Amino acid sequence: MKKEHDELINGYQDKLSPKVLDEIRDNVPADVTKERLTRIMEAVYAVYSQAKICPGECVGLVSAESIGEPGTQMVLRTFHFAGVAEMNVTMGLPRLIEIFDGRKLISTPTMEIYFKKQYGKPEQVRKFAVEIKETVMHEVISDSTLDLLEQTIKIKVNEVLIKDLDLSVADVAKLIKSKIKHFSVNIEGNEIELAYTGKTEEMKEIHSVKEKIKEIKVRGLKRIKQVLPVKRGEEYIILTSGSNLKDVLVLEGVDVTRTTSNDIHEIRNTLGIEAARRAIIDEACKVIGAQGLNIDLRHIMLVADTMCMSGAVKGITRYGIVSEKASVLARASFETPLRHLINAALIGEKDKLSSVVENVMVNQPVPLGTGLPGLVTKMK
Amino acid sequence: MNEVYLNNKFVGKVDEGEAFVENFKDQRRKGLVSKNVNIFYNPEVKEIHIHSVEGRAQRPLIVVKEGKSLLTETHGKQLEDGVLSWSDLVRQGVIEYLDASEEENALVAYDEKNLTEDYTHLEISPMVICGLAATLVPFGNFNQSSRLIIGSKNQKQSIGFYAANYHMRMDMDTNLLHYPQFPIVKTGTHDIFSYEKNPAGQNVVVAIMCYDGYNMEDGVVLNKASIERGMSRSTYYRPTGSVELRYAGGLTDEISVPEKDVKGYRSENDYRFLEEDGIIYPEAKVKEGQVVIGKTSPPRFLSSLDEYKLGAATRRESSIALKHGESGIADFVLLTEGEDGNKLVQVRLRDERIPEIGDKFTSRHGQKGVVGILVPQGDLPFSASGIVPDLIFSPHGIPSRMTISHLIELVGGKVGSLAGRFVDGTIFEGEPEDKLRKELRGLGFREDGTEVFYDGKTGKQLKARIFVGNMYYLRLKHMVANKIHSRARGPVQLLTRQPTEGKAKEGGLRLGEMEKDTFVAHGASLLLKERFDSDKTILPICTKCGLVAVEDRYKNRKYCLVCGDDVEMSYIELSYAFKLLLDEFRSLGIYSQISLKNKY
Repeated sequence: MKKEHDELINGYQDKLSPKVLDEIRDNVPADVTKERLTRIMEAVYAVYSQAKICPGECVGLVSAESIGEPGTQMVLRTFHFAGVAEMNVTMGLPRLIEIFDGRKLISTPTMEIYFKKQYGKPEQVRKFAVEIKETVMHEVISDSTLDLLEQTIKIKVNEVLIKDLDLSVADVAKLIKSKIKHFSVNIEGNEIELAYTGKTEEMKEIHSVKEKIKEIKVRGLKRIKQVLPVKRGEEYIILTSGSNLKDVLVLEGVDVTRTTSNDIHEIRNTLGIEAARRAIIDEACKVIGAQGLNIDLRHIMLVADTMCMSGAVKGITRYGIVSEKASVLARASFETPLRHLINAALIGEKDKLSSVVENVMVNQPVPLGTGLPGLVTKMK
Repeated sequence: MNEVYLNNKFVGKVDEGEAFVENFKDQRRKGLVSKNVNIFYNPEVKEIHIHSVEGRAQRPLIVVKEGKSLLTETHGKQLEDGVLSWSDLVRQGVIEYLDASEEENALVAYDEKNLTEDYTHLEISPMVICGLAATLVPFGNFNQSSRLIIGSKNQKQSIGFYAANYHMRMDMDTNLLHYPQFPIVKTGTHDIFSYEKNPAGQNVVVAIMCYDGYNMEDGVVLNKASIERGMSRSTYYRPTGSVELRYAGGLTDEISVPEKDVKGYRSENDYRFLEEDGIIYPEAKVKEGQVVIGKTSPPRFLSSLDEYKLGAATRRESSIALKHGESGIADFVLLTEGEDGNKLVQVRLRDERIPEIGDKFTSRHGQKGVVGILVPQGDLPFSASGIVPDLIFSPHGIPSRMTISHLIELVGGKVGSLAGRFVDGTIFEGEPEDKLRKELRGLGFREDGTEVFYDGKTGKQLKARIFVGNMYYLRLKHMVANKIHSRARGPVQLLTRQPTEGKAKEGGLRLGEMEKDTFVAHGASLLLKERFDSDKTILPICTKCGLVAVEDRYKNRKYCLVCGDDVEMSYIELSYAFKLLLDEFRSLGIYSQISLKNKY
């Protein structure tokens, strides 16, 4: 890039954002003439100024309406493909509500696990899938009996299933031993015998131990209930039902940059608030795109920004961001008015009538658009 | 062994279940068992149920034996000659009644053509698949079921000849079509239920074309000349009434022309139609606000001292007058006694309703539309033979709704009116389309129903041929005259001082939450304020305590309820609804202080 070109571009530093300038630098051909570049800069500036928003424009309300109105058109019908293995994921309006409410427990948490190139072979992926799937003891034992006289528990292990998991009966016995106290462990063929060595003769305790054994995790990661290796484009990825981002990201071979979950709170806790903001935008766009609707990205970005403003993910509910509104009247007009009013009365809150809802209530011009500017004169 | 139950009570056992049931049915068909008794055999659990209780729905079916209907052509002839009747057929066992349980054992063919050895019964007509109202749609078998339902629903709202004794009835809100006709394209139901006695529509000439956009989005264009000749005219009847009530203390209402000193006396003009008995005379043309029945009532609160002082003259005005926007002619006056022996006066008002823009019309196929314009006959397109359509229907209503029956009725109506006969459009059994087309060609018209048309305004031939024919059109009871409403100023609610709601109370149209948002989104904040000014008030606020102060204009005194007389107050403008909210805060024990600041 010529020096004079650089100067020309730098001349726009206080008019355009650095990101835009970088993009121009990267994309303009090196042999561009000066006049051409000037024209390009002028055109970019014109477009950029057009996208700016005037003071007094109520972006929040426009965003709300722009998301809300297409929301009313959302259909409950989702598309399924017969015979194709797929995960059952909440989509459509329920999912959108879930995202914007900032729910802690979402109805269908899923992950998409991507792999680094050298780990991406089909067999490797399949093996990985088996390894991360959560397997509990009762899935691999065929029978468990309780002998109250002898105070022993006999567990029959399903050897075929165990083999699939690459485990031996001894491994299972070891696992049980590490989790259970006051029992001696013996192995006979495919049977594991547990004999009580403790002092009390509580039947209940032995019985509860038997139940406890059934819940022991044999293999895999917590909460990953199902795994489904799929081919996406040229590579193989794993779709999971249940999400455990923290434990998956540390595993070898996982492409940390692309692996995601649809649980926004989990992303917030493992990757931070910026990632959560991104996740909100992506998840919302996914729902909207699937319905064939078209909502400007900036509306969703505004919602995501508002939700993540405080550093934690807060939903657009009376417990979330609405509870942080400055005006008592605005809060009271949303939901549960009495609670807000009484709490405000207790601490003697002041309402400055600085936003839209309050001013509509008292019938004053709302401080937006034509209601924003005032005339200032010096009184003599 | 099969268990036998009579009306769900165990009565015994039989060895051969099937034979028993067959024998039972045979005896019933011979008349040895009542036709109202049904038998149901369930071979899986080996149970035979016989039902004879009242309250079961039964339906008649033709008995089929060895794949052949027992109803033969000789029966048909005898029926036509009147030798045989329905009950004879039942007695002969040709027709029997099945209930829900016995139907489980039956296999019913809906068409004689489909009969095989397996069938036990035959439907009397395939028409019975549909309900009564649905069979009123001609050629209904060409339609989507949903359109059939809409078509039959629309017919229920049509204006017709609802009762022959209408002139002595006091039905609420009734309409009467002036020249009702029997449809040219009829269905079996029209004959069976004597539709000619209570018809509800008229056969009109319909052209399917566009007319300057006046029939877009389900609009219809009407021929003004047709209306002036009386097409679709109707009369609207609405009774009003008043009772002479008795009150405690020997006081009663009095139906009479109110004296001038009565409380709430209207203008003299409003009472001008009343005769000496205080009741309007028939054929008087009343307008809004004018009194139909003059009535005075005793004062409301006798205990009040003022009332005693003034004597008996303070009776209240309680006449029945026409409400805002109403008008009509007093049609019929009825003087009688009410349920409690009180004198009851009813006056029926009549209003002629000539079709106008906004009135609703429909064919019988769920193709309803609203009149978009009334066009003088001279401006309407005309055919080579000089036919001018009464109604122009938009072709855009057809593709998405797929009401093929609408198109077939048009052809059928054309054939019927040209050949001078009725066309049968019964569902599943109607005259076939190709037969109608052939007949139309035989009558000298194009068999597809189209004709060359000329533009009425320019006289030029239209580029496309126009699909034209006769259809049965119904006027629906939704008329603009009953619905039109507007308000500039008007009554307000007592509590909130906001405008009242609804047409009856001359109310305003609410600018709701979402409408508000559109103002905000445009930044039109001062316009928004003006819209919400309907309940604005000027309130004095005590600058010391921030509560609403009191200004007593009678005693010329200003004071604050908290701070007393000597207090500084300033006036602010806000919505009365917010003042109410502040009052509610106070009732909660919340001290809501308004702190004021000079804006400038």
